[in-house]
This record gives sequence, C-alpha cells and structure tokens, in this order.
Amino acid sequence: MIAIKDLHKSYKMGSNVLHVLKGINFNVEEGEMVAIMGSSGSGKSTLLNIVGMLDLLDTGSYTLDGVPIVNLNETKAAKYRNKFLGFIFQSFNLINYKTALENVALPLYYQRVPKKERDEKALQYLTKVGLANWATHLPSELSGGQKQRVAIARALAAQPKVLLADEPTGALDSTTSYEVMQLLQEINDEGKTLLVVTHEEDIANMCKRIVQLKDGIIIEDKKVNQVRASEYV
Amino acid sequence: MIFRRDTWSEILSSVTKNKARTTITVIGVLWGIFIYITLSGAAKGLDNGFERQFERVAMNSMFVWTQQTSVPYKGFKTGRFIQLKLNDVRTLKTKIPEIQYVAPRNAKGVFGGDAPTITKDLKHGKYNVYGDFPVVVKIATKDIYDGGRFLNEEDIKHDRKVCVIGERTQRELFNKNENPVGQFIKIDNSYFQVIGVHKFVQGGGFEDDGDIYIPFTTFRKLYNTGENVGWLAIAAYNDADVIEVEKKVKTVLKDIHSVAQEDERAIGSFNLGEIFNKVQGFSKGLTFLSLVVGIATIFAGVIGIGNILLISVKERTRELGVRRALGATPNEVKGQIILESVFLTLVSGVLGIILGALVLAGINAATQDVTDFPYTNPTVPIPYIVGALLIMIILGTLIGLIPAQRAVSIKPIDALREE
Ligand SMILES: Nc1ncnc2c1ncn2[C@@H]1O[C@H](COP(=O)(O)OP(=O)(O)OP(=O)(O)O)[C@@H](O)[C@H]1O
Ligand SMILES: [Mg+2]
Repeated sequence: MIAIKDLHKSYKMGSNVLHVLKGINFNVEEGEMVAIMGSSGSGKSTLLNIVGMLDLLDTGSYTLDGVPIVNLNETKAAKYRNKFLGFIFQSFNLINYKTALENVALPLYYQRVPKKERDEKALQYLTKVGLANWATHLPSELSGGQKQRVAIARALAAQPKVLLADEPTGALDSTTSYEVMQLLQEINDEGKTLLVVTHEEDIANMCKRIVQLKDGIIIEDKKVNQVRASEYV
Repeated sequence: MIFRRDTWSEILSSVTKNKARTTITVIGVLWGIFIYITLSGAAKGLDNGFERQFERVAMNSMFVWTQQTSVPYKGFKTGRFIQLKLNDVRTLKTKIPEIQYVAPRNAKGVFGGDAPTITKDLKHGKYNVYGDFPVVVKIATKDIYDGGRFLNEEDIKHDRKVCVIGERTQRELFNKNENPVGQFIKIDNSYFQVIGVHKFVQGGGFEDDGDIYIPFTTFRKLYNTGENVGWLAIAAYNDADVIEVEKKVKTVLKDIHSVAQEDERAIGSFNLGEIFNKVQGFSKGLTFLSLVVGIATIFAGVIGIGNILLISVKERTRELGVRRALGATPNEVKGQIILESVFLTLVSGVLGIILGALVLAGINAATQDVTDFPYTNPTVPIPYIVGALLIMIILGTLIGLIPAQRAVSIKPIDALREE
C-alpha cells in the first residue's frame, strides 16, 4: 500500500539546515496497523505528513497504492488527499461552526457528492462511531472523546485507502483513549490500513506493528501481538 | 463552482457564523451604496424638478423688450424711448432664419401701470390683461380646462371680444360650480365672452393664475396701442444656438430702430435657454458629484470588506488548512474566499439600494405637495443601479483576491500547525 525508499527531508531555518529524515525505507501492506514511535523531534509527524501529502519530500520515492507520488502540486495533492487519505489529528481539527454531521460530510463536499447523499453517508459514519444522536451538535457541545470520534467518522467518510493519525489520543484521558483505540482497531479489522503516531507504549501495543524513529532514521521495526483495547474498556 | 447550490450554502454558513463581523463588514458597503443611491436619486429629483419648472416654456425661448437708449446715434440724443412695432416681427423672421416663432405681446398691469378692473355681476377685481396671438402657446404652453379653448386666428381676424381667464379669476369672480365658459365679464368698460379657463402652472415666469388673455387685435382697439408691441416672445428652432439668436435679434432690432449697436441698454432681453442651460449644468454637476461621492464610498466600503476578510482569513488559517487536508484544492479555497467577498458586497449593496430607495420614497412622499421647491420624482436610473451592482461585483472579486491569495500562499501543513 505504502512504499517509501530512501526518503530525506530537511527544513531550512534561516542559514541552518535541519536534517529531519535521513533515509527512511518503509513499506506498509494493505490492512496493516502501524504505530510510529520515537522521542519528541525525531521526525514522526514529518514522516506522517509526507505520507499524507501535506508536505513534500526532498529526495527518495513514495508510492501510494501503486501510484508514484511525483510532481506533486497543491491541486494534485489535494485530490489525492481527498481520494486516498483520511486524517485524524491530536487536536481533532473539527470546524467549530459546523455540526458533527456537517463536519463528517465535508470531505464528500469536496468530492462533489450531492447534499442528500452526503448527509446520508455522513450519518452512516456517525452511527458507526456511535454518535448518530449527536449529529446536529456543534463541536463545542461534545467531549474530547466524542470530538475525536467525529473526526474519525470524517476521516472515514471519503472511504480512503489509508488513515493517518497523529497522536489521536494525545489530548484524551486513558479511558477515552482506549475507546478511541477500540474504534480504530475495529476499523482496521474491516481491512483499512492505519498509521498511528504515538508517544504511549500502551497505545502502540494496540497496533500490529511498531516502528521506532530516532534522529531521522528507523532504528527498530517489529511486528507485535495486538492488545485489544476492548480488554481495558 | 459559482452555480453549485452547495457552494453558496457553504459560503452562507461561513459568513453567518461570525455575525458581528459580518454585520460590520456589511455596514461599510451598505453605507456607501446608500449614499450613492440617495444622492443620485436626490440629484435626479432636482433635475426632474427643474425640468418640470421649465417644461411649460420652450427651452430655447427668450423675451425681448425695449428701454431708453444710452448712446447718442444718428443725431438722436440718449434717453430716447424705443418702441417695438408689429412690423418688427416680420423683419425678424425674414432676417433670422433660426427663429421658429415670434409672439408680439401687449399687456396692461404687468410692468407697472394699473391693472384693468374686471367685473362679473356684483364681483370685481383687478387682473392683468394680455393682448396675444395664438402663437404664444407655442412658446409658453397654456393648459385650458375641458370645455374651453385658447385664442385662435378667427378671434384675431374679427377682433372678437373673447377672453381666456385664469383659474384664480374664475374662483374669485364666479360662483362655485358655475361654468364660466360662454359667460360675459366686463374688462374696464367692455364686455368679453369667456372662451376658456387656463390652468395655473409652475414656472410660467411673470404670468400668474389671474391673468386674462384677449386677442391682440382686440387689445389694440381697446387700449389704442396701434402698431405698438409691448415685448416679443421668441422661440428659436431646437438645434439653434439661443445665445447667438438672441444677439442677432438685438442687432436687427437696433438696426430697425436706429439704435447704436454698442448701446447695451436700449433693448432688454431675458434668455430662458441660457438660464435653463445653467440650471441643467447645475443638476448635471450634482449628479456627477453624487456619482463620485457614491463610488468613493462604495470603494471605501469594499476595501473595508477586503480588510476584514484578510483578518478573517488569518483567523481561519487552521480551518482552511483542515479543508485543504480534507481535499479542498487551492482554487476551491480561493473561490470560496472570493465568493464570500462578492456575497458580502452584494448583500450589503442590495440592502443599501433598498434602504436608499425607501429614503427616496420617503422624500418623494414628503415633497409631493411642495410645488415651490423644484423636486420631482427622485429616482435612480436602472442603469446606475445595475452599474453600481456590477462595480460592486468586480470590486468585491478584486478585493477578495488578496485574502484568497493569502489563504493559499501558506502550506496546508503550516496552516494546520497554526494556533
Ligand atoms: N515546518 C518546519 N519548519 C522547520 N522545522 C520543522 C518544521 N516541522 C518540523 N520541524 C522540525 O523537525 C523536527 C521534527 O519534527 P516533527 O514534528 O516531525 O517531530 P515529532 O517526532 O513529531 O515530535 P513530537 O513528538 O514532539 O510531535 C523538529 O525538530 C521540528 O522542530
Ligand atoms: Mg509530532
């Protein structure tokens, strides 16, 4: 599903160059659930953003679902993001003046799905994350866990190939975190590919594979026995 | 994109989310267009008012009369009084082809002198009496009430003792509901049959609603004026230069009456065309001024919208980043910002137009009965409104380009990081 070869990325900071990713080789098969770990500043988010086409790589190659991601301009990147990728952020990033339903429907709006169909689908995904009754509520009326579930529904709505989650539980207490992880596991069980950036060991262990980043290179890449979040809930 | 209903509901939801900001934004342009509409409507009203003042009189007409000479000439001393004669009419017409009509007129009671006493049964009063040819109505229209008529050629030919009276004369000398047409009144010592009653109109110059018109020939007999003419009312053809014609008329009259050409006093004149041009220039200037002021205010308002959108784009950096992460292309983001700008501009514009129209309607209602102030039917021509709307759409688009460009100039990843 994802094939990354010899990826380098650096940021220019005035006259300094900060070499963040120093040769990443990394493949993800369809249906995997990969945790990306590493200390702060090790480049986890940078890697995820390049996979998410929110940022551009300097050198190396990146292929998504057999499509080589080259010559990426913003318009093309936007179309790919819309079609292939779903994002889940630490801070949810819901649009505050839109209801839960409207937030979930937004990726479909950019796919030009007609309003009625859009709303039906959005409701379907809200039901999936257990928030059908909260469809007309604004984000400010939802708890953190509920917001993240809305965000997950939104990431799913466009039926992407890969879900990218950057510290999805970073802003949640442990009980809520496990609920969210349970939901992500269920989504993975249905065959969706997931990349989860996390600091937390227990969250990482709920994935099927853990990749350790340090100073811009992968120092460890191992399969793990998935801990089911339902055991904690 | 513009024609998707979704696009607009998306825009509606984003402009209605921050009501205070939207309201302030809207007020800027609303004020501009409101000023523009009321000012140019008021200017148009004045314009219409002036036109109404003048519509009774041929725009390119003038009056010419005589006074005492001020320059000795051909052995004549200064201070000689010049008398216009009936023959002058023919001379003027043959010598100056630009002249369309000449109406020689005599009057009693207008320029000094006692007005004749008019008697009807037991009532009597003093009213001005004019000796006129029918042609005078070509220069200054007279509306005659139904059932009556103005003087005609036959009246002139037979020196008929007929008269056209004013509505005030009717009111003062006749009983209510009494039809004056066909009845007789006494002018000084002669009986005249009333053939018509003229309506009072604004802007009739020195004439008023009490005036009585009798045939020129009858007047001549009654007051022994012979070939003498009090003054001339002259109308030039529409395409003629009235000021030029006025000069020619004076030259010809000075020739006929042996007056030095450089004598400025001997022949007096009043040129309506000139006055009218001045007045028209004034209301044109006013219209132009309102256009400039209005457009400047609209401009300022639209710039205000641009400013506020720029701030709002900054505030919404993160939201726009999220939208882009979800698949909004740069063009879709830009389009949204521009359409928000156009939408806000248009909504405020339309509100301003409605408000302006209401105020104009109010002014119109308030000045409905005011006849001595030249203000009629203040309207803004549709092309002006359409033009204003077009300008607003264009300006709204242009000004929206700046925040739109700003919104996409930042990378989505940086936008998402923004706090
Ligand atoms: N846009 C940028 N411009 C300059 N430097 C950047 C940029 N984005 C990230 N960096 C730097 O690159 C390094 C890696 O950042 P990254 O966000 O990938 O770390 P991370 O592993 O996600 O850390 P954290 O666990 O704190 O989120 C950091 O030193 C960061 O300061
Ligand atoms: Mg990070």
